[in-house]
Amino acid sequence: MKPDDLVVVRPEGLYCPHGDFHIDPWRGVPRAVITHAHADHARGGSQHYWAAARGHALLRERLGKQAQITPLAYGETVRFGAVTVSLHSAGHILGSAQVRIAHDDGRVWGVSGDFKRDRDPSCDAFEPFACDTWITEATFALPIYRWTDTREVAAEIFDWWQAAKRDGQSAVLFCYSLGKAQRVLAELTAFTDETVYVHGAMPGLIKAYRAAGIRMLPTEAVSNIPKGTSFAGKLVLAPPGASGTPWMKRMHPYSTGFASGWMRVRGGKRRLAYDRGFVLSDHADWDSLLATIDDTGARRVLVTHGHGDALIAHLTARGIEASMLATQFEGEGGAAADGEAEAVDSAAAD
Amino acid sequence: MKRFAALYARLDDSRATSVKVEAMRAYFAEAPAADAAWGLYFLTGQRLKRLIAPTLLRAWISDATGLAPAIVEDCYAHVGDLAETLALLLDRAARPQPMIERGLAEWVAWLLALREQDVDTQRAALLEAWARLPLDECFLFNKLLTGALRVGVSSGLAARALALHAGLDETLIAQRLMGEWLRVASPARSRRERIAMDGLAGGGEEGLPGAMDGDSLANHLKGAAEAFAALLTPGSAEAHPSQPYPFCLASPIEDAADAVWDAGLPSGLGPVGDWLAEWKWDGIRGQLIRRAGQTFLWSRGEELLNGRFPEIEMAAARLPDGTVLDGEILAHDGRTVLPFAKLQTRIGRKTVGKKLLADAPVAFVAYDLIEWQGEDWRSRPLAERRAQLETIVADTAEPRLKLSEPVIADSWAALAEWRSQACELGVEGLMLKARDSRYQAGRRRGAWWKWKLEAMSIDCVLLYAQAGHGRRANLYTDYTLAVWEGPNPGEGLLLPVAKAYSGLTDAELTKIDSWIKKHTREKFGPVRSVDASAEAGQVFEIAFEGIQASSRHKAGVALRFPRIARWRTDKPAREANTLADLKRLLPRREV
Repeated sequence: MKPDDLVVVRPEGLYCPHGDFHIDPWRGVPRAVITHAHADHARGGSQHYWAAARGHALLRERLGKQAQITPLAYGETVRFGAVTVSLHSAGHILGSAQVRIAHDDGRVWGVSGDFKRDRDPSCDAFEPFACDTWITEATFALPIYRWTDTREVAAEIFDWWQAAKRDGQSAVLFCYSLGKAQRVLAELTAFTDETVYVHGAMPGLIKAYRAAGIRMLPTEAVSNIPKGTSFAGKLVLAPPGASGTPWMKRMHPYSTGFASGWMRVRGGKRRLAYDRGFVLSDHADWDSLLATIDDTGARRVLVTHGHGDALIAHLTARGIEASMLATQFEGEGGAAADGEAEAVDSAAAD
Repeated sequence: MKRFAALYARLDDSRATSVKVEAMRAYFAEAPAADAAWGLYFLTGQRLKRLIAPTLLRAWISDATGLAPAIVEDCYAHVGDLAETLALLLDRAARPQPMIERGLAEWVAWLLALREQDVDTQRAALLEAWARLPLDECFLFNKLLTGALRVGVSSGLAARALALHAGLDETLIAQRLMGEWLRVASPARSRRERIAMDGLAGGGEEGLPGAMDGDSLANHLKGAAEAFAALLTPGSAEAHPSQPYPFCLASPIEDAADAVWDAGLPSGLGPVGDWLAEWKWDGIRGQLIRRAGQTFLWSRGEELLNGRFPEIEMAAARLPDGTVLDGEILAHDGRTVLPFAKLQTRIGRKTVGKKLLADAPVAFVAYDLIEWQGEDWRSRPLAERRAQLETIVADTAEPRLKLSEPVIADSWAALAEWRSQACELGVEGLMLKARDSRYQAGRRRGAWWKWKLEAMSIDCVLLYAQAGHGRRANLYTDYTLAVWEGPNPGEGLLLPVAKAYSGLTDAELTKIDSWIKKHTREKFGPVRSVDASAEAGQVFEIAFEGIQASSRHKAGVALRFPRIARWRTDKPAREANTLADLKRLLPRREV
């Protein structure tokens, strides 16, 4: 960090001294700009929140009725001290945003939040903008991470579901309750109109997506189905935290799958012992991280959560000034952990 | 290779044994014979040795992808498997037209021929192949290249699938799979070994010449196809003089039924006189074959050890043809067994100098007689085999060929008394073998038991951690552990005494991994040093099978088979053990 930086790390989170506001703070602060509604980015306790209008309902679900939230349309500006702030679609989940910070002296900084460049019918596409300094996430910032076309992955999921159906099993797909589940439900409309059964962590979030006009397969909460009903041949979505819990008994016999970017590496898949791994991430892969840096034209890049070392080394070799910013964001719950964010998701929605 | 890639994916995806066996059976039935031979070779855990050095592969992948070597290393540390790392790095969006499909055997032939080429040719050939293979095949190709193909099936399971396909008895197949049944796999052996292997049967033109022309490729494929066909031939008579028998393995007696135990003694096994008790020596289990005027010494890992223990081969030359012994290779001065550390200086040495022969002499201590006068003795009772073995060893009168002396006791209590002295003798415990037992193939419960000493244990402090491989990739699971130099716990330096990576549950590993990442002091490539202060350091109880003085270790002791018994979250690092505590466990004769 340099003395006159537009964004610095404070104990409570990313902070803009020139505008006196925080971005995704992990403690309560007076003014918080929120990039998206995942638990490690949207925490309660702040006095006033600004967030993208497209994600307002989701954020409300997370922060509660009392929270004071000012929704902003993508591209709409708001003044904080000497800077003008606007939010721009990040393509991560519904209502996710990058933060553009323009100082009156002409400097422009961008904060990526979590983002991706891949096709996703459940949210708006990433909108690049030019900036001098770019603060990027780096969850999957290793060149081994490259995503294949989402439609191909969706076809794999559908084929696995049909195979389970032939074997008289239920197909239990573990995926994050916010974002991934809706993306899967939207992608699968290309193959079927069958009802999908969902864990209790999901219906509220799915409803918010439907209200935003996202077309998805019909869903039914597992908890609404009478005890003793067989789920054979059905697709069931559940957060990873439900794996190995008594909740799974109802699904027996089942085949399990996990949709996550971590499934790109066999070790992660084998450790978690799911029957199938589907490589589907809501974060940028290596190529997208680099392409996005090119799109911004930034000459300086600060790297937050994830595998920063390789990205920094790669950028430095290409003449871009790059360094690490220590944050407490978690990215896509690691292959080892099931994602603390997920536990909070479930609690919030139940 | 598509068919083998599909089989691999099927084995990888499935956890049910029956599905795996059926997938392999179908592969053996459907694949061309040469491909099936190589598929079987890899499924049984064998590999192509030393094709191209991994450091070269990493350098070339750096060239192929334009990524800095440090980034390639980062990726490798994250993935934990070189073949997979290379395949993932090569899997870019734009790929030229896929290569013409080549069968597994053809790829293997191509790789073996490549081994003989100069480095520039190798590099060009690999870059070309890499650019054209889709992800799953590229991964397998790299697995062959790095010689680390593990498919998650035991060789026994592969043998069962083959037996099903062939309609033959599983033990017959297991026996045929012993030794070098696929001889085109090892063309690069030294000339001396080739002669030893080919023996009187005569050597065919099976080695691959430097360049793979059409004829030698055809020969290679033919050789593999014939080897596969030979496995499937009905009948039982076996051929090659070098071929060993499957080893008979003992089960831990702790696994015996509860009813066997009475007041800490396995007296439920029946009268003690029905059992042959022997020391469980800690050396290299081996099979010594004397047939057709030649000697073959195999390890339990089915590695031919010829040339490494010349004194044993010389002694074996006095055995009559048609003799096969089961025994243990031990460091031995002709009168007594020497510490394992002595034998360790011989392990891995392919050639042995005079000095080493004098410093670390070895002997073959025979346990059992498997073949005598060319006849398979495995179905005869142990008592008969032992009686004949004693005569053979006595008649040979070679100091390098010993009998494993029975441990005589008239009661289970007396035997337990003997066992308690195992530590002082430097052995692992006792072996118990039913006197009427056959020599069985593999591990079958009931007839042979190992009654080991209780493991020793000590509390150590975590010093370094390294990420694991395979399913533990990107988790810090391999630990270097240390004890306090002393004089008291928490005082002096921490001296590393063991590396251990097993014994914890996945849940514990995840927790420790997270602790390690938060308490890293320094990174050295894939290794991290962690906070090992007297207050914050983490303590692990290490269990081990034995301890010996060692000048090669900084702490002056070496532990045998150390593993993590438990994570002592209840104990601060300042209460971990000292080196003096550890040294008290040394066998008396070594202090």
